[in-house]
This record gives sequence, C-alpha cells and structure tokens, in this order.
Amino acid sequence: MADTPIPLEVRNITKRFGDAEVLKGLSLKAHKGDVITLIGASGSGKSTFLRCMNLLEQPDEGEVIVHGEEIRFRQTKCGREPADWKQVVRMRAKLSMVFQSFNLWAHMTLLQNVIEAPVHVLGKPRKEAIAHARGLLDRVGLGEHADHFPAQMSGGQQQRGAIARALAMEPEVMLFDEPTSALDPELVGDVLKVMRDLGEEGRTMIVVTHEMAFARDVSSQVIYLHQGRVEETGPPGEVLGNPRSERLRQFLAPKH
Amino acid sequence: MIDLHGYGPRLAEGALITIELAVLSLMLAIVLGLMTASAKMSRNWLAHRIATLYTTVIRGVPDLVLMMLLFFGGQIGMNMVTDQLYERFGVDIFININEFIAGVLTIGLIFGAYMGETFRGAFLAVDSGQIEAARAYGMNHWLVFRRIRFPQMMRHAIPGLSNNWMVLLKTTALVSVIGLSDMVRVAAEASKATREPFTFMIIVAAIYLLIASVSEWGFARLQKRYNVGFTEAD
Repeated sequence: MADTPIPLEVRNITKRFGDAEVLKGLSLKAHKGDVITLIGASGSGKSTFLRCMNLLEQPDEGEVIVHGEEIRFRQTKCGREPADWKQVVRMRAKLSMVFQSFNLWAHMTLLQNVIEAPVHVLGKPRKEAIAHARGLLDRVGLGEHADHFPAQMSGGQQQRGAIARALAMEPEVMLFDEPTSALDPELVGDVLKVMRDLGEEGRTMIVVTHEMAFARDVSSQVIYLHQGRVEETGPPGEVLGNPRSERLRQFLAPKH
Repeated sequence: MIDLHGYGPRLAEGALITIELAVLSLMLAIVLGLMTASAKMSRNWLAHRIATLYTTVIRGVPDLVLMMLLFFGGQIGMNMVTDQLYERFGVDIFININEFIAGVLTIGLIFGAYMGETFRGAFLAVDSGQIEAARAYGMNHWLVFRRIRFPQMMRHAIPGLSNNWMVLLKTTALVSVIGLSDMVRVAAEASKATREPFTFMIIVAAIYLLIASVSEWGFARLQKRYNVGFTEAD
C-alpha cells in the first residue's frame, strides 16, 4: 500500500498570534488524489492552517511532512523557525498555492508568470517551460491571453491564470486559499469549473473555501474548523449531509 | 562666436570629470542606499541602529562641511596613522588622499543616505502578496529580490532616484573646494584670469542643463520600462 510516500501530512499544528491561540493542535493527512476542503467561519483558523502547511506562517508546534520528508525546526529567541531554509524552498516547490487575491506577478505577462518558477526554481529549460505553459493556459481557457499583463485581465481570468501557474510546477499538492472569495459572483463559476476538473483528474488538493457545493461535490474529505479546532470531519455526505454538531448545522443553514 | 581664450579643452576635461564624478558617486550611492534600506527594514537590531545613525548624521550636516571634514580631516587622520606606523614599527609611508576618490566617496556617502530613504519607501510600496507568492513558489531570498522585489520596487523608486540624481549632479560643483579640477573650478579660474565670468559661467550652466536634460529623458525611459504591466492608477 505505501509504495509512494504520502504527499502531505501535518501533525498537531499550533499557532499563536501574541496571546491568541488560533490553531490548537490540528492534523491532516492528504493521500494521493485526495481533495480536502477546510470550511468554517472567518476567524476559525482555516487560512492560517493552510499557510502553515507551506510555512508562510511558522507553526509554533507540530510537524510538517512533505512527500515523506519532515521539515526540521529550531528554536530561536523570536520563536520557532525552520532549521534549514533550503529544505523549505525545496518543499515549497512541491506545493503550489493559489491565493485569494491571485497574486500574479504584476510586472510579468501571464505566460511569464507561468514559466517563472519552473525556469528559475526548478531549472526547467525555457523552451520546454513555454510549451508546457501554453498547454496549461489553453486548458484553463486563457490561450489568447498569454501575452497580457494581470492588470489587463478580469479577476476570474487572473485566478485561472494563477491556477495554470500552480499547475506548471507539477506539484504534489495544490493549496487553495479561498480562491473564489475575491471574485464577482458571475466569475466564480469558471474558476470552480477548472477546480472541479482538477479534482476529477486525481490532483491532490487542499481547499479553503466557502463554496459548499464544491465541498459537497468534489471533496473526499471535509474538515469543519471552529476556533482553531476540528469540530467535525469526514466524507462530505456525512459532514455536510448529516452534521452532528449544532454549530455546524447553524453554519450550514441558509443565511437569508 | 564666444571666445574662450584657450580654456576650451580644459573646460571640456572639467566637464568630463564632473560626469565621471557624478556617475561613480551615483553608483556608490545606489549600493549604499540599497544596503541602508535593507538594514532599516531588517529585524537585526544592530544593522537598524547603524543605518539610522548614518542617515541621521549625513542628512543633518551640510554637504560642504561633510566634504571638508572627510577630505581634510581624513588626510589628517591618515597622517596620524602613518606617523604612528613610522614611530612604532619604522614603516615609512605617506598616503595622500586623492581628490577624485575623496569626492566620489563623500558624494556617494551623502547621497547613499538619501537613496536609502527613497529605496525604503519604494520597497514598502511593493504589495506583500507579490512577495508571498514568490516565496510560496519556492524562491529563495535572493531570487525573490532579483525577480520580484527589485523590479517592482524600481517603479516606485525612480521618481525619487531621478530627483536625487539631479541634486547629486549639482553637488559635484562642491568638489572644487577640495581642489579637484571639475568644470566649475576651471570656469572660476578662467573667469578670474580673463575677467569674463559671464562667458564661462553661462557655458557651465548650459552644460549642467544639458546633462540634466539627457538624464531626464533617460529616467523617463526607465520609468516606462518599470511601469510595464501597471496602470497609472496603481
């Protein structure tokens, strides 16, 4: 069964901002092909949890294991930090992140954005990277926009471009941080469609989202967070279809 | 035609010295400015203190005073060191501070402090999401700087950089006090000898203006290059 290492596993992650403990011992295991959605009210810690997985935030305690390799930490005056940044850089290249506010590099065209990390981080030959990037842009419906700058595209196009950028790394796991929250409602559909396709083709994904339909239809596991703890977790049918806790029932209830 | 009384070639040499001095000082100032900006933004307490001391001292003392302090004071300090070397170890050397190098060092040092503030503001103006994305995609510190932070920072830095350059260019006129034959000094000598100050000063003014105009054009092109991908509004 365990011929290949698990793409991503985190154990007992805790995180404090000052006196506030925002993550209180969270664990998660993403097997190949899993689509794990993290849901919860704002302030529940779901985005922070996701950002701890690629160490954009430094967890105060807990372990991060990428593709069987455990990140080493050391204690300093200012708190815990990775002992070897080279290891972090190597590990981040295996996890691609898609951000709420897209964060495409504004001074580069879409195509340049997509080939940037493959060429400069992975050392892929430029020609190869361009060919690959063009294929990915076609796939997310942006073949025509390769030479446009982010500022010339709509939010939905930028986010699909950001997904192409993430795919270009051929990542072990894709991390999505509320990818549709900053979009106008009519643009959300296109982005979700791309994400659904990725889920169906067996990509390993961890998605922080408010889109319950996506969580229900695409994910293999749903984790409901409340105040930095896992309140409920399991297959979407159980968690979303038959919530056990009162809090989750309220969270899922129609708001209007 | 204007009669230069044979001062033409010396004036041209002086103009060349002015340009060389200005360009080399600018390069030094940019390096010092980037270092100062990084030090001021770093979490390192000592680096932060040193950079703050540097900018406070430089910006609080007149350029002319600094220049004389560094040049004449530097020469005296150097003599004290070499005297000590002779007395204690019998090493007999004399180091003469070269005016040109002293000029470059002083002007570079002065404008490094101003550049530091320009760069710091420009670095802070870069959207943090851009840097975060670079880190999330596995770029190390240097790669983030080279590929993302620096090109995006330059867009915000160029107006200040261009302004500093114009002031720096004119500050080079001060080096005539430490005996460097830049074009202002040559023109001053020529004015005295020929009693035609207007002729020489108007030429000097025209040359400064010409250099400034060419640089303005250059900076406008640079600005355009670094503005690629951004709309005027952001």
